[in-house]
This record gives sequence, structure tokens and C-alpha cells, in this order.
Amino acid sequence: MTAVAPVTALRGRHLLSIADLSPAEITLILDTADAMKEVGERTIKKVPALRGRTIVNLFFEPSTRTRTSFEIAEKRLSADTLSLAVSTSSVVKGETLLDTVDNIEAMSPDMLVVRHASSGACQQLARRCRSRIVNAGDGMHEHPTQALLDAYTMRQRKGRIDGLQVAIVGDLAHSRVLRSNLLLLRKMGASIRVTAPRPLIPAGIEALGATPCRTIEEAVDGADVVMMLRIQLERMQSLFLPSLREYFALFGLTADRMALARPDAIVMHPGPMNRGVEIASEVADGPQAVILEQVANGVAVRMAVLYLLAGGSED
Amino acid sequence: MDASRIERSLARIAHEILERNRDLADVALVGIRTRGVVIAERLAALIREAGEAILPVGSLDITLYRDDFMRHPVGPQPLVRSTDIRFSVEGRRILLVDDVLYTGRTIRAALDALIDYGRPRSIQLVVLVDRGHRELPIKADYVGKNLPTSPVQSVQVRLREVDGLDEVMLEEGA
Repeated sequence: MTAVAPVTALRGRHLLSIADLSPAEITLILDTADAMKEVGERTIKKVPALRGRTIVNLFFEPSTRTRTSFEIAEKRLSADTLSLAVSTSSVVKGETLLDTVDNIEAMSPDMLVVRHASSGACQQLARRCRSRIVNAGDGMHEHPTQALLDAYTMRQRKGRIDGLQVAIVGDLAHSRVLRSNLLLLRKMGASIRVTAPRPLIPAGIEALGATPCRTIEEAVDGADVVMMLRIQLERMQSLFLPSLREYFALFGLTADRMALARPDAIVMHPGPMNRGVEIASEVADGPQAVILEQVANGVAVRMAVLYLLAGGSED
Repeated sequence: MDASRIERSLARIAHEILERNRDLADVALVGIRTRGVVIAERLAALIREAGEAILPVGSLDITLYRDDFMRHPVGPQPLVRSTDIRFSVEGRRILLVDDVLYTGRTIRAALDALIDYGRPRSIQLVVLVDRGHRELPIKADYVGKNLPTSPVQSVQVRLREVDGLDEVMLEEGA
């Protein structure tokens, strides 16, 4: 990959998809996250950068990690924040997404961090809203901040992304984390192998730059990074998988399988983990796992995204 | 100001620092990125060469503390770089170092940033050039040169380590 000319700002007003970011913009976010990480290591973990800005976190789907991570990132930047969980909102009274958001917008927030079960929900809001929209996961479409924090963790551990061999194993069909990661890793010059039971490999995945493998052994062989994806029980009917036990036997990441990767390979998982389904506990808790580092880095990366978007662009 | 003038100013400041701070045990230098850090490093070297002490040097990035974000709602955010202070500021006497003192807003931000790291015993301000036109009640303790300017002029400080040469230029048109 050729050297990327540095940029000092993001072009877009929103963060909806990794597809909208250039390699230079991705590098800017990761570099800014480096500075944000230092803020999190201080005794007083707070800077006044977004003082007076209002950020509303709208989570129409359950989330622990992402919502907590965004909330901490917002507070560390001194933004005024409000989190709306769907179970306590008027959505349960039948209000539509657009009506809910129109009402929140009437109170003039600066940014909305949105998670929704429908793919494309954030795009729809971005067309309509004055506020800046950050996609915190939309259906089976994308989860851009997850891919950014994964990239940050890879860069931190491996010193680079360009040229890394990344194996991604798990529920490829339903994973927004996969889609965002494929787009990002390909832009940044990594090569990607994927594997899953046949019904969970979406058609046309090669077009996204991934090489499908028949077995996990083949995918993991010689990898620098092994990324496990959660089996999303809530998004699939039993017809995809005969049993979870069989899934673990064929595609679970065990210590034996991990031994096929490079000796200095890292194990990643976006969480929440299903231990004994996609990953063995001895691997998840082992020395190669960087799963909790991913969570820690998530705060710094989200601070970087919020900070850079708050600056805005001319459009 | 040319290279030798800058050198002499820094030597004088180093001397004044030694004079006013008898015991250097709890003194540390903190430079404001980018050129303040270079000046802080040079002052630390001068004090070391005088055989007095090895003072720790930290670098402070004040981007996240600036007060002018909200004034440019359509401009891009300034680039954030890391602050790197590897010593505790708690109870120390800090020499805060910058290249040019102008409105005082940068120093205001730097004071806020520094105090977020702990409670220093004192903070003294060192600048290479004081060009006047303060907008805040801030005054330098050590000044390399007082340079009378008009607000439409700009003061360009160039330093070897960053710009390849040492000079201070007064340029027309801010």
C-alpha cells in the first residue's frame, strides 16, 4: 500500500459507515485516539473539549459495552449526555423511530449516537436530522466504531495493519462487525480469510475482499490476528446450525487450533462472548487474547470520533 | 532575532532560572507543543551544562483545552497530539515554557491542562518572545525578548529542531 497523505479533518458530518472514510481519515482517527488514550490514563480523566455540546445516545437495541463506552467517552470530553434506552422510552408506546428522533431533535442536541435493529436506520436519520449521527450499530449493516477500535488494537499490538493476515471466524451472515471490519481492513491493506458453516457464509463475500475457507484450521493457519464473531442466537433460526455443540466442535477456537496461527498472533472478540460456543475459555482468558484491551481502546477511539465530528466540515 | 540572539536570550533565561530557584530539586520544565517543548529541552540542556541539575522535561498539548472551538462551528477540529509528562506535577515547581506570549489564551489553556495533572506548588511562565496585546491577566516570569508589535503583524518563531534554522521574524499581515 502506498503512503497515505495525512489529513487533519474528516470530510463527513456523520459517521455512518466505514465505506465513507478514506485510509487517511482512518489514520487520523487512530492517531487522535492515541492522544485520547492518554487522557484516560490521568488521575483526572476529563478534558473540556466538548463542553457545552449535547450528545444523546439512542439505543433501540440492547447493549452494554458500546453504550457504556460511548457514555464514558462523552463524559471524558465534558459533553452533556443523555442515554435513552428503548425499554423506558415512548417507543414502547408505539412511537416510530422518526417521530422519536424528531422530538429529541426539537431539543437541539449536537450529536446522536444511534443503535437500531434495522440496517440503514442511521442513514435514514442522517438525511433528516440537523444533528450529527454516529452509527453505534445498525442491524446487520455496520458497526463502524467497533471496526475502528479493532484496527486501533491491531495497530497497537502489531505496529501496523498493512500486510497483516487476519482470520475472521463465526457468524458471517448476520455480523455488522464483520462488514465494518472487512471494509476497514481492506482499505488499510490487510488480507482477510473468513470461515463459518456453509449457511453462515453470505454469497459474494469475496467481493468484499475476504477469502472464504472451508475449515477453521485453514483460516487460522499462519494468521497474525484471529477475530472471533459471536454466534447471534437472536438473529437466527435453528435452521442455520444443527447444534451449538457441533458448532464448537467444527468452528470453535481451541488452544490446538490457535497453535496453527503465528506464535505472536492475537485473539480478538467484539463481545459479548459465548464461551464454549465460538471460543474456548482457555483461549479467551489466555495470554494471546486482547479482548479486554479492545474494550479499553473503545473509549479512546470513540472519544476521537466524537471530537473529530464535533469540529464539523463545510457541507 | 537570529540564531546567536536566540542563544543568548536562552542562556540569560537559564541563568535567571538558576538565580531565582536556589534549590532545583523539585523544579521541572513543561513545554507547550510544539516549539515550547524545544525551548524547554534547550533550557534543560543549558542548566545541565552549568552543572546545576538535570531537570525533567514534559510536553503539553493544549488542543483539548482551547476556548476557540465553538467560535469556528464549520471549521475542522485542530489536530490533537499527546501530552507526555512522565513525572508527577504534584507539589512541584513547574516552569511552563512557550515560544510566543500574545493574547494569553494559550497559557490559560495550558494552566487548566497542567492543573488537571495535579496541584503544582507553583507555576512560572517562560517565553522566548512577548509580543504584547494580552486579553487575559497573564504575565511572564522570564522573557527572552519584548517585541512591540501591532495586531496585524505575526511573529514567526523557527527553531532548528523543528524548522531547520533558528530565527524570530516579525511578518506583516496576521
